[in-house]
Amino acid sequence: MIEIKDLHKSYQMGSNSLHVLKGINFSVKEGELVAIMGSSGSGKSTLLNILGMLDVANEGEYMLDGVPIKDLNETKAARYRNKFLGFVFQSFNLINYKSALENVALPLYYQRVPRKERQEKALKYLEQVGLKEWATHLPSELSGGQKQRVAIARAMAAEPKVLLADEPTGALDSTTSYEVMDLIQKINDQGNTILVVTHEEDIAHMCKRIVHLKDGVIVEDKKVKQVRASEYV
Amino acid sequence: MWLFDKDLWSEVFNTLGKNMFRTFLTMLGVIFAMIILMLLLGSANGMSNGFDNVFAGTASNSLFVWSRSTSEPYKGFERGRRIQFRIEDASILKQQIPEIEVLAPRIELGNHRDVVTVYRKGRKSGSSVYGDYPEIDNITKKKLVDGRFLNQNDIDASKKVCVIGEETYKLLFDKGENAIGEDIRINGVFFKVIGVYKPNNNINIDGENAVFIPFSTFQKAFNSGDRMGWMAIDVDPETSVAVVEEKIKKLLKGKYDIHPDDERAIGSFDMSEIFNNIAAFTTVLKGFSFFVGIFTLLAGVIAISNILLITVKERTKEIGVRRALGATPRIVKRQIVVEAIVLTAFAGLVGFALSVGILAALDAAFGQGNDFPFRDPMVSIPQFGISFLLMISLSVLIGMIPANRAIKVKPIDALREE
Repeated sequence: MIEIKDLHKSYQMGSNSLHVLKGINFSVKEGELVAIMGSSGSGKSTLLNILGMLDVANEGEYMLDGVPIKDLNETKAARYRNKFLGFVFQSFNLINYKSALENVALPLYYQRVPRKERQEKALKYLEQVGLKEWATHLPSELSGGQKQRVAIARAMAAEPKVLLADEPTGALDSTTSYEVMDLIQKINDQGNTILVVTHEEDIAHMCKRIVHLKDGVIVEDKKVKQVRASEYV
Repeated sequence: MWLFDKDLWSEVFNTLGKNMFRTFLTMLGVIFAMIILMLLLGSANGMSNGFDNVFAGTASNSLFVWSRSTSEPYKGFERGRRIQFRIEDASILKQQIPEIEVLAPRIELGNHRDVVTVYRKGRKSGSSVYGDYPEIDNITKKKLVDGRFLNQNDIDASKKVCVIGEETYKLLFDKGENAIGEDIRINGVFFKVIGVYKPNNNINIDGENAVFIPFSTFQKAFNSGDRMGWMAIDVDPETSVAVVEEKIKKLLKGKYDIHPDDERAIGSFDMSEIFNNIAAFTTVLKGFSFFVGIFTLLAGVIAISNILLITVKERTKEIGVRRALGATPRIVKRQIVVEAIVLTAFAGLVGFALSVGILAALDAAFGQGNDFPFRDPMVSIPQFGISFLLMISLSVLIGMIPANRAIKVKPIDALREE
């Protein structure tokens, strides 16, 4: 599903250049649940941004679902993001004046899905995350865990090839974190490919594979035995 | 076609509607600008209508001709000779100058601007007394409050009747007293009152304290023979008054042996000049109001753009999220421009509605009086249409500024901002 070869990224900071990714080789197959771990500054967020086409690499190849991702302009990147990727952020990033349902329906709007179908689909995904009753509520009326579930529903609504989650539990307490991870695992069980960036060991062990990043290189890439989050809930 | 994209509109209305306070603040500038523009235009229109009203009843393409003394010696005559028009001049002029549509000769008792004492039952009034033809009513209309004006019958039979001004009525009669059929005495001759007119805020050439009697009656009662004081002349609307004025003077100068260069011997007053001046004045006023108003409107639209610019900054994260969810730069740009258009259009309509209300109030307060040239202050549909279209086009152009700012924000930067 994801194929990257010799990926380099550096940032220009005044006269200094900061080499963040120093040749990453990495691939993800369909249906995998991968945790990307590392301390802050290890380059894990940069990697995720490049995978999410929010940022571009200086060097290297990136293939997503057989499509080479290169020479992106903003319009093309937006189309690819809409078609291939779903995002879940640490700070949820729901649009605060839109109801849960409208938030979930937003990527479908950008896919030009007709209104009615959009509403139905959005409601279906809200139901999957267990928030059907909250459809008309604004984000401000939801708890942190609920917000993140709405965000996951929104990411899934576009039926992406890959779900990218950047510290999805970073702003949640451990009980809610496990609920969210439980949901992510269930989505993965249905065959969806998911990448989770985290720095928490327990969250990482709820994935099927852990990739360790340190100073811009992969230092460890191992399959782990998945811990089911439902055991803790 | 994006114009018919229901989703775009609902997205725009959703965004604006859910941020009511911000939306309202944004619109305020345009609302005020629209009110100012409409009030300026409406007032200019009201003024123009007011002037029209003031001059209603006065034939705009008319002139007045009277005789004076010569200022040049000519053909053996000395300068300073008093010219006296004769009644036959009227028919000569009418015959020889076809552009003359109406010609009303007049004679005044005593010298010009003199007053004559008019008596009634121990009361008196110093009034101007005129011998007139009914045609004068076609050139300077009298507003009658009671009775009728002179007619051809009065002329033919040399009836001893008169029409008096309201001022004269006040001096000679008690308040509310019926004047019609009553007699008044001028130079020992009795005249029966057949009409009372009121000052009609026209250009008032005759004054309000005046008595009009039939020309033929005047000739007999005051022994004026074939003398004529002055002429009110209405000219064919297609012809310039100045041209006819020149012809008339030339003809009269020939008849009375006046030096062709003598500017003083025959006096005249071209009414159309006043009308043209006023028309020019109101046109300039309207143009000026439009000019000022449009710039106010521009300022209002810029205010919208400014606030949208701030809003874009505030919405950086939202825009970032939208971009991450697959909104192309074009979609983001379009949404912001459409927001600018909707805000401007709605604010414009609100401003328009408010200003229509204010104008109606102004009209109720000042518009129906006769003493102030202000009447029916309203904005015409083309005026509103042009302003509105101009405003919308401005909003499209100026909406581009925040829209371009919005798409310059990279999604990654937008999302990083906590």
